[in-house]
Amino acid sequence: MGVEVLSTDAMSGASDALLTVTDLRTHFHVGEHVVKAVDGVSLTVHKGKTLGIVGESGSGKTVLSRSIMGINTAPNIETSGSVTYNGTELVGSSRSTMRKLWGAEMSMVFQDPMTSLNPVVKVGRQVTEHLRSHQGVSKSEARQAAIELLKWVRIPEPEKRLENYPHQMSGGMRQRVCIAIALACGPKLLFADEPTTALDVTVQHQILNLLSQQQRERDMAMVLVTHDLGVVATRTDEIAVMYAGRVVEQASTSTLFDDMRHPYTQSLFWSIPKTSEPKHTRLSAIVGRPPNLAALPPGCSFAARCPYAQDVCREQAPELQPTEDPSHLFACHLPVGSDEGRRALEVNVQLGLPQAKSAALRATVAGGGR
Amino acid sequence: MAGSGKAHLRSSEDVILRVEDLVVEFPARKGQVVHAVSGISFDVARGETLGLVGESGCGKSTTGRALLQLPPPTSGTVTLDGDELTSLEGKAMMRRRTDIQMIFQDPISSLNPRRTISKIVAEPLDVWGPKDEAEQQRLISDILDAVGIDPESAAYKRPHEYSGGQCQRISIARALVMEPKVIICDEPVSALDVSVQAQILNMLEDLKAKYGLTLVFIAHDLAVVKNISDRVAVMYLGKICEIGESDELYASPAHPYTKLLIESHPEPDPHAEVDESVVVGGDIPSPLDPPSGCRFRTRCEFADATCSTDEPQMREVGPAHFVACHHPLRLAQSH
Repeated sequence: MGVEVLSTDAMSGASDALLTVTDLRTHFHVGEHVVKAVDGVSLTVHKGKTLGIVGESGSGKTVLSRSIMGINTAPNIETSGSVTYNGTELVGSSRSTMRKLWGAEMSMVFQDPMTSLNPVVKVGRQVTEHLRSHQGVSKSEARQAAIELLKWVRIPEPEKRLENYPHQMSGGMRQRVCIAIALACGPKLLFADEPTTALDVTVQHQILNLLSQQQRERDMAMVLVTHDLGVVATRTDEIAVMYAGRVVEQASTSTLFDDMRHPYTQSLFWSIPKTSEPKHTRLSAIVGRPPNLAALPPGCSFAARCPYAQDVCREQAPELQPTEDPSHLFACHLPVGSDEGRRALEVNVQLGLPQAKSAALRATVAGGGR
Repeated sequence: MAGSGKAHLRSSEDVILRVEDLVVEFPARKGQVVHAVSGISFDVARGETLGLVGESGCGKSTTGRALLQLPPPTSGTVTLDGDELTSLEGKAMMRRRTDIQMIFQDPISSLNPRRTISKIVAEPLDVWGPKDEAEQQRLISDILDAVGIDPESAAYKRPHEYSGGQCQRISIARALVMEPKVIICDEPVSALDVSVQAQILNMLEDLKAKYGLTLVFIAHDLAVVKNISDRVAVMYLGKICEIGESDELYASPAHPYTKLLIESHPEPDPHAEVDESVVVGGDIPSPLDPPSGCRFRTRCEFADATCSTDEPQMREVGPAHFVACHHPLRLAQSH
């Protein structure tokens, strides 16, 4: 715990970096096994910008955000690497240091608005709990502040709503309350972990709009964690795609969609049905299942499901490396769009790999690149 | 919205399932009534997939269950291949239910954890299928093969040894083993990861072609519904607002609610236009006391006095495209 890694390289040239994560690892000790939920992730969140973290269940995206926040504290969890927030090292820092940061500097909105509120405490008191503990405001001041906060998150009749218990509100309203709580002390960084997954699509749209609006007004940075490429497509500046505990590709949002290089990013994109496509469009499903995080293969963890994979992929884990564009990184030996990648795909098509056949078919339909 | 009317029903002989004026109500406290489904009508042609899409509480799952008479609807008729199901009772209904099977949302909790996969798939056969063991085994092996589950290990493995996607395949096998005429899929992929979701959607398309299935596909995800459905019906607060062929409905929605749904759906396209102005509203009214007239009027920007007094009736706005709205969008545009 608490290994000091000076991340000068990652920090240099990024003066507006608010949060720098370097080689973060979160390992769970379960019986005989070590589950490598997060296994060497490096990221930077810039002031006022939004970073999207995308991955399927078990990819480590939630564990990553909880590790950065310092709320993974069970005794069987081992966290190493470095997380620097505004120059302060967070990994291994004391709980009292973290308590000063939580709410005031960084806060979090969770997926389930039903269970993240206390069911037996009125909404008004929950909204101002932070304010009362961080800024020591009086009860009547807190009430005024709570009304303001509920207005910010566009809750109608805020005076009346303060007296409600969570069960008297709809899911969308409750998520607004959670956002109000997270924003109460004016944090510089907000983690939103699947903030709209439990909500209906029209409510999701409003909540995402509300988050972007508040973010702009407050010049706040945000980390939006989701499984839905659709949610991050129009709401983020940068995206990191996670698979089996690692970031496999990272780029600015438009670059990621327009020039995806990692086969997993491409496969994930192709497997999603889109309303812009005609009905009965054949989806390219990803074959198989993600690897067991307690027994990761020696090479690339996506190799077994990858249309492009060759021997090198099964033997050697690829490093996350920049392309010609230094802000576009990916970890792949045979990337999409490269000559090696094309040759590898041909080899796999000839070998009769189902994933290679469907990728080749899809590539001709999509017109090459992606 | 909220339409009633049957202008959209077809008269062709190809119609296998026909639902008319279906009403499902549940008693609530203090003599109140939950109006879960309030007089909807639709039909499904042989070999067709009808998508039912809507937000939580719109009555789409209740509709699906009412087709199976689980529980029987408060009023209205469900006609399967000429037989009126609501008038059947006891054993006759049980027998008829083999023709309509259901696949549920949560694949793991819909399988008995203490039984082997073979037993789970064999159960419907034990009740209604061939009693001959060898014949049963052959049917089970065939169907498990068709859904991509190894029949040999299924003989001794139990649900916890399979992933969510595989459990959903097993649920599908259990539904198919009765050779049903219609399968009702209630959110069959919403508990699954996107990569697995694609596998199941592709498989349903393949099985549909192979066995000539007719599907009623209930889901909240607009893209999933469009992908698998031939026609889509949009539901809101117990009513159908719009029904039409999938591509046409998504390209030119006529009901303001359909348009809102489509615009709210996040497309994985960074260059898509996003309307960031909407931050409020949008809670669905209580089904205990639904709005008069058009049920969508409380959220509709085009609502006027007529919408609160008169319930809109289904009318045709395009080829096989029907909408229940006093101010349908495409008419407004063409003016």
